Amino acid sequence: MTWEVVIGLEIHAQLTTKSKIFSGSSVAYGAEPNTQANLLDLGMPGQLPVLNQAVVPKAIKLGLAIGAEIGMRSVFDRKNYFYPDSPKGYQTSQFTYPIVDKGGVVEIEMDGEIRKIGVTRAHLEEDAGKSIHDAFPGQTAIDLNRAGTPLLEIVSEPDMRSSKEAVAYAKKMHELVQYLGICDGNMQEGSFRVDSNVSIRKPGAPLGTRTELKNINSFRFIEAAIEIEIERQIEIIESGGSIVQETRLYDADKNETRSMREKEEANDYRYFPCPDLLPIIITEADIEAVRATMPELAGEKQARYETEFGLSEYDAALLTGSRQMAEYFEALLAKTQDAKLSANWVMGALSKSLNQNNVAIEDSPVSAEALASLLARIQDNTLSGKIAKQVFDAMWKGEGSPDEIIEAQGLKQITDSSAIEALVDDVLAANTAQVEAYKGGQEKMFGFFVGQVMKASKGQASPAQVNGVLKAKLNA
Amino acid sequence: MHTLSIKQMTEQLKARTLTSVALTQHYLDRIEKFDGELNTFITVTPELAIEMAKAADKRLDEGNATLLTGIPIAHKDIFCVDGVKTTCGSKMLSNFVSPYDANVVEKLKAEGMPILGKTNMDEFAMGSSSESSYYGPTKNPWDLKAVPGGSSGGAAAVIAAGLAPMATGTDTGGSIRQPASFCGITGIKPTYGAVSRYGMIAYASSFDQGGPMTRSAEDAAWMLDAMAGFDERDSTSSEAAFNACSANLNDSIKGLKVGVPSEYFGEGLNADVAKVVKNAIAELEKQGAEVVEVSLPNTELAVPAYYVLAPAEASSNLSRFDAVRYGYRCENPVDLEDLYTRSRTEGFGAEVQRRIMVGAYALSAGYYDAYYLKAQKLRRVVRDDFSKAFQNCDIIVGPVAPEPAFNIGEKSDDPISMYLADLYTIPVNLAGMPGMSVPAGFVDGRPVGLHLIGNYHSEAKLLNVAHQYQQTTDWHTQVPAAYK
Repeated sequence: MTWEVVIGLEIHAQLTTKSKIFSGSSVAYGAEPNTQANLLDLGMPGQLPVLNQAVVPKAIKLGLAIGAEIGMRSVFDRKNYFYPDSPKGYQTSQFTYPIVDKGGVVEIEMDGEIRKIGVTRAHLEEDAGKSIHDAFPGQTAIDLNRAGTPLLEIVSEPDMRSSKEAVAYAKKMHELVQYLGICDGNMQEGSFRVDSNVSIRKPGAPLGTRTELKNINSFRFIEAAIEIEIERQIEIIESGGSIVQETRLYDADKNETRSMREKEEANDYRYFPCPDLLPIIITEADIEAVRATMPELAGEKQARYETEFGLSEYDAALLTGSRQMAEYFEALLAKTQDAKLSANWVMGALSKSLNQNNVAIEDSPVSAEALASLLARIQDNTLSGKIAKQVFDAMWKGEGSPDEIIEAQGLKQITDSSAIEALVDDVLAANTAQVEAYKGGQEKMFGFFVGQVMKASKGQASPAQVNGVLKAKLNA
Repeated sequence: MHTLSIKQMTEQLKARTLTSVALTQHYLDRIEKFDGELNTFITVTPELAIEMAKAADKRLDEGNATLLTGIPIAHKDIFCVDGVKTTCGSKMLSNFVSPYDANVVEKLKAEGMPILGKTNMDEFAMGSSSESSYYGPTKNPWDLKAVPGGSSGGAAAVIAAGLAPMATGTDTGGSIRQPASFCGITGIKPTYGAVSRYGMIAYASSFDQGGPMTRSAEDAAWMLDAMAGFDERDSTSSEAAFNACSANLNDSIKGLKVGVPSEYFGEGLNADVAKVVKNAIAELEKQGAEVVEVSLPNTELAVPAYYVLAPAEASSNLSRFDAVRYGYRCENPVDLEDLYTRSRTEGFGAEVQRRIMVGAYALSAGYYDAYYLKAQKLRRVVRDDFSKAFQNCDIIVGPVAPEPAFNIGEKSDDPISMYLADLYTIPVNLAGMPGMSVPAGFVDGRPVGLHLIGNYHSEAKLLNVAHQYQQTTDWHTQVPAAYK
């Protein structure tokens, strides 16, 4: 390979708070324009910011999770620039002293190998508002609902060497912030935004000029955009050109990137400490308090599932793939007390239905509690596994509780031994030739008899009992 | 009636021998009569004043009045008043009606103080003469040829001419004390953080501080007690409990250690002003105070440090005036760039533009360390000077300004000499300590103030000293002949 790809990501994670980072306005998504913008958000004269303290432990959580140094004294700076959706003429951010300092590392797995991606820093800042260019002909409208939404900007080292690594890192961070409960991860609503800095170089050479791909709202498009950008850069350099440092926009329809700014202006943001806000002072005690509330993260959970429940590495990894999946599993397990049964159902019937219907597990029509009551009917031998799947499908369609469905469809497992004996007798009597063959040494025929009995019972006979009775009668 | 002390007024109001409506109307009549020549108000609010006076009278009738209920007040036009035009002395905000009350306004409204109007000021509080106001210069009631000082020049002139008994001011580099000195009134800049900045239009956030402008120290103490206190909406508001100022006014100052810094009596100080200040110090000695020499060796660094830091903050604070959501907008902008450039060029005056440019320069890449960071270091050096000096004295005294009020137009084309008018006041803002101006005499018919500087949260001490001084002097009770 003649070119080495160098990628660093800046991820903006919206912190899960009720109100904005410096004002009491709601951050709920989707409200009518400017209904969630108070005097401060409008940049009225004389208005002053007050820090929403809820963001501090959330940022510390991320810092602890990635093993970074916590900024014990972090400072808000003003990033000065004029734009209509920036109502104060500056964005309040952290420049020199971020709340999450150096030392963070995230591990990703690429083709069975662990790669460590460094996290340079993560800092608190406010989001800008939104400029809407298509609402009024010839005019631009401003919606300041989003202005002041709390963000944690997580900046990686330029440690990724392919689009796949970049996406693996982004997904890992996406999973992490959700596990930590500090961001809802909703990419469609812009709660988790990824900017990619992409450059190429000859291996061992200094870093090449980078371009930034901004605000791409799916992992698939991030990968595609980086790929296409790498190709573009290689083409330019190999034909003797040079890369311009700029922000580029990805057009998914045309699968191309194009320059976002009409003219390149050298931005001088004139950062300086915001005199309206005090530094955030964090003590060791604060950090310990946050540490005590740290949730179990995916890796820890997976290891525990393997040792405590005897699940395979594959199953444990699958179940801990998202916080929501793990929560569902644990809620189910709490009722069933049977890890293997619970794991099989979550990864089997439930995942199949979720995938087929494109439903997120937290929106599953069959709750963990409902599924537990179905599995209870397997555990008490009311249902066979096969019939239980039938009941599950009915539950998915909203036909009622397991017991209601069993009752309505008459699906109760036959466990009465005299009834099973009668069924077996009928099957043996109707298949004398096969019985002779079996007795003549064709023991493989046993499965045939089980199948016939189950068929005769419409699948409701207890398979274990059928096995026992058949064995006894045929070997008599 | 306008020469009564606030104490006398409140006694009459409580006794119901005087109504707030009558008192308020008296001032409105005087404003009507004198404001034309003085240009002290940008906006007069007679209907609001009378309506509030009626409400105050009702409270007085019902016996649920507080200390200042019924006393009218004039607010500097830097304080947002709900439903009232709030211009900050600028064309940029010539059409801005505030949708909310500043914390200070809220507090004084709660006291029941009728609002007479909004006083004139240097544009965005940038100036020392009130000449940079878009609404024209205010004149000094002692001499119409003279400036009243600035930026709270409207407020100072209003008190001196008896157009209001009390007024709010703000002080970023001397904007309460210098006009108080020029107009012969009493004004105090409290410790930074003592009075909330919520709703006070920002000039330089880390310096800006509101305070009272009144005739006497006693009046100021009463007003400051009502204005100050922690406000959760201002992150830099002091959580230290505010010490009531009015309680200690009558303490003796016997044994008080008064520090006199030699640096405040050096070159550049008008000899007659020096004489007035020395006489005032002698008066304090007569009352039993002990004079000690102190040193503030880095005084001369304060003005240059201030003129980097304050413009730097201002350049960012004034960015919100972009003609997008409110404020002045140029005619027929062709695009966004044009909207910004022309609105701001037309909406801001020369001094404001000068400070925005200086500030932006000081913060720009490649110059930040040499200017902004260096100035921050000087700020600490200046503060440390004061902290050291206060190990040897209780208060520091000196001149407020190097000379009495200068003539209108005299310095308006010379920014540097205008900046040096704040040579003695700016160091106090850099340190964030309280300072006040107390009338101490006259030079050629123009008033001269005595500068009292205290350690952090020592407002009660300063007001006590000022009150004691005013017990044996009558400079603060003098009224210009034309406004008796």
